[in-house]
Amino acid sequence: MTATRVPVVNIIYFALAALVVAVVPWLLPAYISFELAYAGAYAIAILGLLILTGCNGQISLGHGAFMAIGGYGVAIAVTRAGWPPEAAMLVAAVVCAVFGALVGIVALRLSGAYLALATFALAVSVAPLLKRFKDWTGGAQGLTLPTAHAPGPLAGVLDSERWLYYETWLLAGVLFALSWFALQGRLGRALRALRDNEIAAVSFGINPYFYKSLAFAWSAAYAGIAGALIASATAYVSPDTYALQLSITLLIGGVLGGLGSMWGAVIGGLVVEFLPLWTQAISQGASSMIYGISLIVVMIAMPGGIAGAIQRVVHTIIRPRRRGTPERLQS
Amino acid sequence: MTDIRRLVVRATVPIVALAMVAGSFSSVSADAEPGVTPTEVLLGGTHPYSGPASAYGVIGKSIAAYFAYVNDKGGVNGRKITYKDQDDAYNPAQTVQLVKGLVEQDKVFALFNTLGTACNLSIRQYLNDQKIPQLFVSTGATTWGTDYAKYPWTLGFNLDYQAEAIIFGKSIAAHQPNAKIAVLYQNDDFGQDYLTGLKKGLGAKASQIVKAASYEVTDPDVRSQMAALQGSGADTLLIAATPKFAIGAMATLGQLSWKPTTYLTNVSASQTMMAAASKSGGDAATEGIISDFYTMDPTNAELQNTPGIKLYKEILAKYGQGLDPNNGFVLYGMAAAYTMVDALQKAGKDLTREKLMDASLHLTEKNPFLWPGVELTTSPTDHFTIREEQLVKYDKGAWVPTGSILDARK
Repeated sequence: MTATRVPVVNIIYFALAALVVAVVPWLLPAYISFELAYAGAYAIAILGLLILTGCNGQISLGHGAFMAIGGYGVAIAVTRAGWPPEAAMLVAAVVCAVFGALVGIVALRLSGAYLALATFALAVSVAPLLKRFKDWTGGAQGLTLPTAHAPGPLAGVLDSERWLYYETWLLAGVLFALSWFALQGRLGRALRALRDNEIAAVSFGINPYFYKSLAFAWSAAYAGIAGALIASATAYVSPDTYALQLSITLLIGGVLGGLGSMWGAVIGGLVVEFLPLWTQAISQGASSMIYGISLIVVMIAMPGGIAGAIQRVVHTIIRPRRRGTPERLQS
Repeated sequence: MTDIRRLVVRATVPIVALAMVAGSFSSVSADAEPGVTPTEVLLGGTHPYSGPASAYGVIGKSIAAYFAYVNDKGGVNGRKITYKDQDDAYNPAQTVQLVKGLVEQDKVFALFNTLGTACNLSIRQYLNDQKIPQLFVSTGATTWGTDYAKYPWTLGFNLDYQAEAIIFGKSIAAHQPNAKIAVLYQNDDFGQDYLTGLKKGLGAKASQIVKAASYEVTDPDVRSQMAALQGSGADTLLIAATPKFAIGAMATLGQLSWKPTTYLTNVSASQTMMAAASKSGGDAATEGIISDFYTMDPTNAELQNTPGIKLYKEILAKYGQGLDPNNGFVLYGMAAAYTMVDALQKAGKDLTREKLMDASLHLTEKNPFLWPGVELTTSPTDHFTIREEQLVKYDKGAWVPTGSILDARK
């Protein structure tokens, strides 16, 4: 088996994507780089959902809570302890992973709709908890962070918006590559096996407790990083930043983008960021309605999300030339 | 030599041309104020048209209606106002992005009436760094009035929660010197500002607050808090709650055998909310409750013949399709828009951001949409835009003014 060897095609795709990501800020106004930084952060959070829901079949309606922990972790470390935001972000990711593992242990006992409800409770409890510990979190008024600036000599080249963009997308690139390698190997197979048939997976010697909590911890860490990136981009956190509907928006973004492939997470991030901005131009206040309609349309017309649909189109174009080659389904 | 000279001449022409073009560009960007042309001034704003606070969306629409009315009458100093108002769904992370887009792409002249305490906090530093006016923001937090040394480009509009509670406190101290006071408050900045203001207003009598009970916005109701407050033996109650909980608290009053003198925040005092409380708790639940107004009450029968309400209804009929004239938020939007137009007017024909800010800090206006007698004043050392209010008493299904206009400054 040569499962972990990277196909050349994927390297080319990744390099092309990296090139596009590197060039884009210099072709567009700074504030669009700023919006794209948010899209990158949402993509990271949705990637976390892809690992948990897409690969492992566990549903979470509470990822907004992990984002809040990440965001407040950075805000508190920066404003109260004077840490550099980058270091604070790493620690916030670790804290989220630990918290995610704890939730994962609880989640072992629940599945399907019950798990969705339990994680939803997590999202519901965030705002009151943040308001309760006012001395740390600033209560409903939140915490204001210093505006993000590129460190050292980079500050002369990159303005704040473009620095946030590169920071986010560089991190996103690393996290995407990391997940890709991990999901190609034994770990990914174990997660998928548990999703498809738990009894069969266990009889093959896969420890469900370990892998399911690991999926939660991993996914929560990504959400935490995303929350931290949003906190440093906004330079402000408040309970309203990580409101209840954020968790649901993320899941919708994942479903629209497609939880079957990693490109789905990138598309999902772009959808979460730009769909409300575009719908405003059509009709003010219609964003939630258009979310709902597009969700129904995508689920009927494109069961694999936008990424799945694109893949299908690409395959039907390419397939005639590859006639005779075996289907590459058994990865 | 002639070759070289020719070369120099040939090179000079494009260089000079380029320099002239570049010069003309730089002079354009240095002289013109962003968002201002001889015929137009561009303002930006954010309101929640979707999401949990979408009930406030009508404020943005009401503002647009007033600007349309002003534009039809010739605009301000010959300029028409264009108001680009966007939906931030009450999420500060979205407010920041929208405002950066408004500033950097649309090049707005100023931000006006952005709504929500958290949403405004998230953009305050950025706008002050860029020296862009953040005017008449739609929140009652006290920070807009107190922190102006650090954020000189930001100015509030609403009567702040502390001012309202200060006036309640003073009124209690004057009329019921032996009151035993209970407070029901929402556990956030709104409720806590209220408690702080009440203590300030009571002064030496602050120790007469016998019990303060808080609730969370996620609580199902406030019955247990009300029972605890009744148990404290208080004879005066202050309700610093948002509509859903205020209605619940008043309805509970109707069911309990407790009849305290009740003060209610104006946040929850609209006619629709009072009617809802009367319906579920009986008329006794709301009879005699004291509250206050600083904008007009569009449902009040006695105010229908004032020029303010007449103008308000006239403008809504012509420019405000689909807006409910009885909704206090709609009236609020028009009051804020009036003040914005007033500030633009006073900033003069040669409009700059500095001049607009200066004009906004020298206002003394009789805004027709504020309660008759309430004055709006600002000065470079007083950034609280509105600090006056009219106390009202709920009498047989309507608010009736009691006493004269009160000022939290005095």
